[in-house]
Amino acid sequence: MSVAGINVLVEETRAIQARAGEPLLAIEDVSTYYGSVAALRGVDLTVGRGEIVTLIGANGAGKSTLMMTIFGAPRARSGTIRYAGEDITRLPTHRIARLGLAQSPEGRRVFPRMSVFENLQMGASLHGGRWFAQDLERVCALFPRLKERLQQRAGTMSGGEQQMLAIGRALMSRPTLLLLDEPSLGLAPLVVKGIFDAIRDLNRQDGMTIFLVEQNAYHALKLAHRGYVLVNGRVTMSGTGRQLLDDPAVKAAYLEGGHGAATTA
Amino acid sequence: MAPARSPGLPDILRDAGLYALVAFALCVPVVSYRTEAGPAGLELLPRWPLVGLLCAGIFVLRLAQRLVLARRDARRALIPAPSQATEAVHAEPAAGQTVSGFALWAFLGLALTLPVIATLASGGLGPARYWIDLGILILTYVMLGWGLNIVVGLAGLLDLGYVAFYAVGAYTYALLSTTFGLSFWVCLPLAGLFAGLWGMVLGFPVLRLRGDYLAIVTLAFGEIIRLVLINWTDVTGGAAGISSIPRASFFGIPFTADEDGFAARFGLSFDSMHRVVFLYYLILALALLTNLVTLRLRRLPIGRAWEALREDEIACRSLGIDTTATKLTAFALGAAFGGFAGSFFAVRQGFISPESFNFLESAIILAIVVLGGMGSQIGVAIAAVAMVGGPELLRNLGFLSAVFGEGFDPNEYRLLLFGLAMVTMMVWRPRGLISERQPSVSLGRARGISGAHVSEGHG
Ligand SMILES: Nc1ncnc2c1ncn2[C@@H]1O[C@H](COP(=O)(O)OP(=O)(O)O)[C@@H](O)[C@H]1O
Ligand SMILES: [Mg+2]
Repeated sequence: MSVAGINVLVEETRAIQARAGEPLLAIEDVSTYYGSVAALRGVDLTVGRGEIVTLIGANGAGKSTLMMTIFGAPRARSGTIRYAGEDITRLPTHRIARLGLAQSPEGRRVFPRMSVFENLQMGASLHGGRWFAQDLERVCALFPRLKERLQQRAGTMSGGEQQMLAIGRALMSRPTLLLLDEPSLGLAPLVVKGIFDAIRDLNRQDGMTIFLVEQNAYHALKLAHRGYVLVNGRVTMSGTGRQLLDDPAVKAAYLEGGHGAATTA
Repeated sequence: MAPARSPGLPDILRDAGLYALVAFALCVPVVSYRTEAGPAGLELLPRWPLVGLLCAGIFVLRLAQRLVLARRDARRALIPAPSQATEAVHAEPAAGQTVSGFALWAFLGLALTLPVIATLASGGLGPARYWIDLGILILTYVMLGWGLNIVVGLAGLLDLGYVAFYAVGAYTYALLSTTFGLSFWVCLPLAGLFAGLWGMVLGFPVLRLRGDYLAIVTLAFGEIIRLVLINWTDVTGGAAGISSIPRASFFGIPFTADEDGFAARFGLSFDSMHRVVFLYYLILALALLTNLVTLRLRRLPIGRAWEALREDEIACRSLGIDTTATKLTAFALGAAFGGFAGSFFAVRQGFISPESFNFLESAIILAIVVLGGMGSQIGVAIAAVAMVGGPELLRNLGFLSAVFGEGFDPNEYRLLLFGLAMVTMMVWRPRGLISERQPSVSLGRARGISGAHVSEGHG
């Protein structure tokens, strides 16, 4: 994607925003169950075009469940999920992915026996490799570590490298909306910084819309335009990143509460 | 790691002794007596020398294994331990690749010239029959292995009922040719098509199943097909099977002695071996076709999708891959090749019955795929040679019957051999003979990525 291309993209984004005035992703009153146990209870959330929106919450709050529900597995038992105005609540996962959503799922889920290069190719398989060369260059510029390791088996890479690969693979499908599930999980602070910088670049330079699920609340809220707090499957708070960072309740629960996020900054 | 920590000789001896002891304990009830029908009912014939031989053999094998392992450990201890997984990857660059590259050409060369070599070596077409028949048998399993490899090796769907498609192919040819008089060349594609359809029929209900559950359902499917063949007597002839299935012709020219026959048309003197040689090249062509299609598909998006499916189904779906269609194509294509092989089997035998399609066949084919290294084409071929040719080889080793007594038939010990082969493989090469997975695309110089020392890391 060239600079001119990015400008066009930004223009386009603004035009569409002005025209539709509707968020790219709209989640309305969604409940998801595992068997008879509710993991999400009436979640409302929107992600506007060009935004970085973050969802923070403790372990087991239902963050990953929400992310997977957007992709249709597990399916929402009630409520609706709309993407670019289209109801995707009942679509099969692969059809949802073809609409321009891509995710870097929890646990990375790279293809371990395939090489890094092949993993990236899998990401691009939706387009039949039409823009493969230039997208590969873009991903390699974003994550130079991947470039050195294109022929390595993905399963033999370090956690941070696998995370970069998972994001890179998602980017290869040229998504409009990128969903990231805990990209900082288990990574060294320096690597986390690199990944968050990359996310910022994607948003600022390419105008990509990003939905970021994080436990690392401090970094996530600093990066995001807006944020939501998920507790036991319910959204309890929402606001701009700044507002949430300054909120005493958020501070107590997620920033000074032993995650160490604030101190690593 | 200090070399002093590697086990000393007494340890190793004790360990090997323990193995021999366990072997002895196992032998006592199983091997030590042979029952024979004597004049006064069953008689027990002691076979203690055999027991001694087995125990000694196991002692020596274990000793050798421990010594080799100890030496390897000592050698490793001298090399600094790889601090990063990446270094482990670059150790032993492409060792397996050269091996499999060489094996590929050797295998192909031998396969193409086998009838000639066998004829020259045994002094005539007639005496060469044994070797050519063996070649046909092995190639049939190579083809079946390659077909199943698509399902199990590439797509990672554990199919224990593969023989069902082999049976569908065989019965398709047998029924179409005996009832409608259709020729083999018309029936061959039909058999593949029909088996492929059955693959889809099986595929649909099991799409949601993974791993063990899939294995159980496919196992049941294989049995169901066999039971239907046995019980649907009106159509399939039941347990008696179908006989006098028309033989293969040379693209319409029959292999007969009269003037319309193959020999007369081509100015040769009639020899019933012409048909056997023709069958040999037919199955070779079919097997190579299977291989070519698989290799070609591996480079295409669908082949990639199979492999990705094997690695991670959820990740596949979220990349926009329709896993339902992907699984179904793997099932259907694998089944179609099974069907081709089945109709070849029918045309070669001239007689088929449900007996030939029991679970043991599925197990053998699966063992070939697993031993070959799940996804490696040349590995599957080598494994087929070993698994099918192995017992035949044993039959020809005269000293075995000297040891095990007259009338020793290695075929009866086939399952034992499979078990031994499996256990040996688990100890020596847990990822199969050829565990290298060649990337289907490579940048610049091709470099195999060794899976020998690196464990899968998902986290
Ligand atoms: N596959 C599953 N089956 C049953 N329960 C699940 C499953 N996945 C998650 N859960 C439960 O749903 C709740 C939310 O989990 P999750 O979405 O993974 O939380 P988070 O990502 O916020 O840590 C947890 O209580 C978890 O135990
Ligand atoms: Mg989670």
